[in-house]
Amino acid sequence: MTEFQNSFKKGLKDGLPIALGYLSVSFTFGMMAVEGGLPVFTAVLISMTNLTSAGQFAGLDLILAGGAYLEMALTQFVINIRYALMSVSLSQKLHKSVNLLDRFLIAFSNTDEIFAVASGQKGEVGKKYMYGLALLPIVGWTLGTLIGAAASTVLPLSVRSALGIAIYGMFIAIFIPPAKHNKTVAVVVILSAALSICFKYIPGLCKVSSGFVIIICAVLSATVGALLKPVKEDEANENG
Amino acid sequence: MKTAENIFIYIAVMALVTYLIRMLPLVIFRKKIENRFIRSFLYYIPYAVLAAMTFPAVFSSTGSVWSAVAGLIVALLLAFFEKGLLTVALSSCAAVFVIELLMKFIS
Repeated sequence: MTEFQNSFKKGLKDGLPIALGYLSVSFTFGMMAVEGGLPVFTAVLISMTNLTSAGQFAGLDLILAGGAYLEMALTQFVINIRYALMSVSLSQKLHKSVNLLDRFLIAFSNTDEIFAVASGQKGEVGKKYMYGLALLPIVGWTLGTLIGAAASTVLPLSVRSALGIAIYGMFIAIFIPPAKHNKTVAVVVILSAALSICFKYIPGLCKVSSGFVIIICAVLSATVGALLKPVKEDEANENG
Repeated sequence: MKTAENIFIYIAVMALVTYLIRMLPLVIFRKKIENRFIRSFLYYIPYAVLAAMTFPAVFSSTGSVWSAVAGLIVALLLAFFEKGLLTVALSSCAAVFVIELLMKFIS
């Protein structure tokens, strides 16, 4: 039968590396917001209500430049539309005991990293696991912003630089093991990475916004995977 | 620079758009999708998303490309031997830290 992960403690433990990675990124965000002229509490408020990295940095630029509200809405839509894809995927991963109210709450914390870790669980996930998983990253994201905004020299540059790779180390720990055991996953991973690199360096393609690049790469390579090797009936929830 | 009220409107717009994008699919797709192709597609999506987000962004995630490459290699190796998330992430950070320290010595 399908496995079911619903331990709050396991969630907390899995959320710790995410929280550590978030500290350094949100620290930079807090620093930039205050250097741009925003009060400390507004920087913290943005982090508490948005919980997203690329969207917040782009939003900060628009606030400082005095952009139009519609421009803000469109920018957030383009950069963050990838979350819709992740939420569709996560909707199929949640156990049937997760009710509508829980879904409203879980949706708030569906960041790239939380989605990634939840997807990496064997079988389905329950609300206790999801809440445990979200808690420390939310605290880390908010606290990092506060520290960065209040005192930009707490962490030495060398430590901040090293923490910058934490998130990617975690991503790699999630997609390498299944790629090792499943050739189609390996093909999907390599194809998606190669496409993403093309979008960064090929003239013309590099003008596409990063939010769209992730969607295009992911949709194309997941389609190739689904065509190459459709999963068996019970397999679709057996990630990892 | 805008006035204080304007900042709150900006923040509200940002937060609302971001939340709706995350919330709507999670609330709309409450039943299991039966279609085999879509199920397969959604099975591969997380790995595809993560790979696209990692490359090439990982190369510019630290102070220098070389320290990033060192961190990447350490992460790939440990992940291949199926170490836990925290172990892989922190070892990768440690590799970056050490390489950047060495680079300071050499230059």
